[in-house]
Amino acid sequence: MTLPLLDVLGIAKKYGGRTGCSDVSFALWPGEVMGVVGESGSGKSTLLNCLSGNLVPDTGEVLFNTRCEGMRDTLKMSESERRRLSRTDWAFVHQNPRDGLRMNVSAGGNIGERLMGVGERHYGNIRRQAMDWLGRVEIPENRVDDRPATFSGGMRQRLQIARNLVTGPRLIFMDEPTGGLDASVQARLLDLLRSLVREMELAVVIVTHDLAVARLLADRMMVMKDGCAIESGLTDQVLDDPQHAYTQLLVGSVLQV
Amino acid sequence: MSEYNFAYLDEQTKRMIRRAILKGLAVPGYQVPFASREMPMPYGWGTGGVQVSAATLTPEDTLKVIDQGADDTTNAISIRRFFQKTADVEVTERTTEASVIQTRHRIPETELKEGQILVYQVPIPEPLRFLEPSEVETRKMHALEEYGLMHVKLYEDISIHGAIATSYAYPVKVEGRYLMDPSPIPKFDNPKMEMAAIQLFGAGREQRIYALPPYTRVVSLDFEDHPFDPGRADHACELCGAENSYLDEVIVNDRGERMFVCSDTDFCESRLNGNGEGGA
Repeated sequence: MTLPLLDVLGIAKKYGGRTGCSDVSFALWPGEVMGVVGESGSGKSTLLNCLSGNLVPDTGEVLFNTRCEGMRDTLKMSESERRRLSRTDWAFVHQNPRDGLRMNVSAGGNIGERLMGVGERHYGNIRRQAMDWLGRVEIPENRVDDRPATFSGGMRQRLQIARNLVTGPRLIFMDEPTGGLDASVQARLLDLLRSLVREMELAVVIVTHDLAVARLLADRMMVMKDGCAIESGLTDQVLDDPQHAYTQLLVGSVLQV
Repeated sequence: MSEYNFAYLDEQTKRMIRRAILKGLAVPGYQVPFASREMPMPYGWGTGGVQVSAATLTPEDTLKVIDQGADDTTNAISIRRFFQKTADVEVTERTTEASVIQTRHRIPETELKEGQILVYQVPIPEPLRFLEPSEVETRKMHALEEYGLMHVKLYEDISIHGAIATSYAYPVKVEGRYLMDPSPIPKFDNPKMEMAAIQLFGAGREQRIYALPPYTRVVSLDFEDHPFDPGRADHACELCGAENSYLDEVIVNDRGERMFVCSDTDFCESRLNGNGEGGA
């Protein structure tokens, strides 16, 4: 069997006396989508932030299969290496596009930032790639010089995705990417995400409290409660035949139209 | 004279500033924090430059002060008088005769020589400030040499104006390492920064000093397909006829007629008085 892209071993994080998440382990293979579900305060975002380097966990290892040096513990990397990784092979899609975009920089500049960050110094090339990516996330090319402030919520979220994917990352962290969007926009975004994930063979860790989103996108699922992973398995298996009492409650509380 | 210590500041303060200057010279382009003092002039009038000059001056020095290239503007005159009064040093308007030159927003046209010191007044020392408001983050970006964001600014310029529209405080990279704000000099002056004189930069309100030793490599940022262009008004000076100097556009009467004249008054006068090219 091939090596996993991401191997998480015993991640724990405490906020003073309170538990953020405790002893979470899982592995993620290239091209695989992992859904992390659970109620508010269950430690989903803490886990995601620990994995992506935004937070330093108290214990545990986050092993990433780097292009050049094989499996490396990203927590032991130098800050400069980790930041370079998060600009190239990793991406982070925030729930609120305001957190992931530069609101006072044009759409083209937003997409081009990562390219310039890794040393691209040819305006024409940057512009061409920005146009290309706007097309791929279904934003009209004539909006390339408009600021995200003039974009709708759905467009902003798609722009954030384009900005993150332009350097061809292999692993994306998503924190509630469809939160705050209305149903039809959400459906379009999910469609887009699904095709991008398949096309670019992306590995994704997606945090959501929306089981429908998990069902659509995720291959595997992990259910969290009070900072612990209480159940994990194939998405359909977990949703159709939940074992843990809390998972049964969670699946049972989804509203039917 | 006896009411003031030499050059206004007390010796301990000058010592502290000199240490910051030496550190700045050792790490060209790096912003060294220093304990900026209150000076008897408002922030924005060159409190940083004045403190650096005060720490640099010796009784044997000859001081020149320019503001936008001119020796005779309010800012230049008040700072020059300040040091006449507190340090009793020789002052001059001639670039070639000065050993210390404090400047606001220009580099003299006359090429500076070894042994001279050019002191810049800096309002905002952080070139990334308007792109990244957090000082913690910008310091980290300097430490890790993450300067992609500066090119985002230049990208925005080209996408909006068709060319890099930044015409002053044009960002430079020093010795292939630190990104530096050259203070609000016109980009026309950027190529002159690789010079024989020592260049010191003082930002009083922001409490930062940085420096360039002589002959330091200073490169203006650009794109491969939009190279750096120093730019210059397409005129000759209407007083001295110079075609290679930086020009001010001056409105001369109520009918809105304009003329272009050298912004460096010493350079212009020297040429008018027949002292040859560059006011030697």
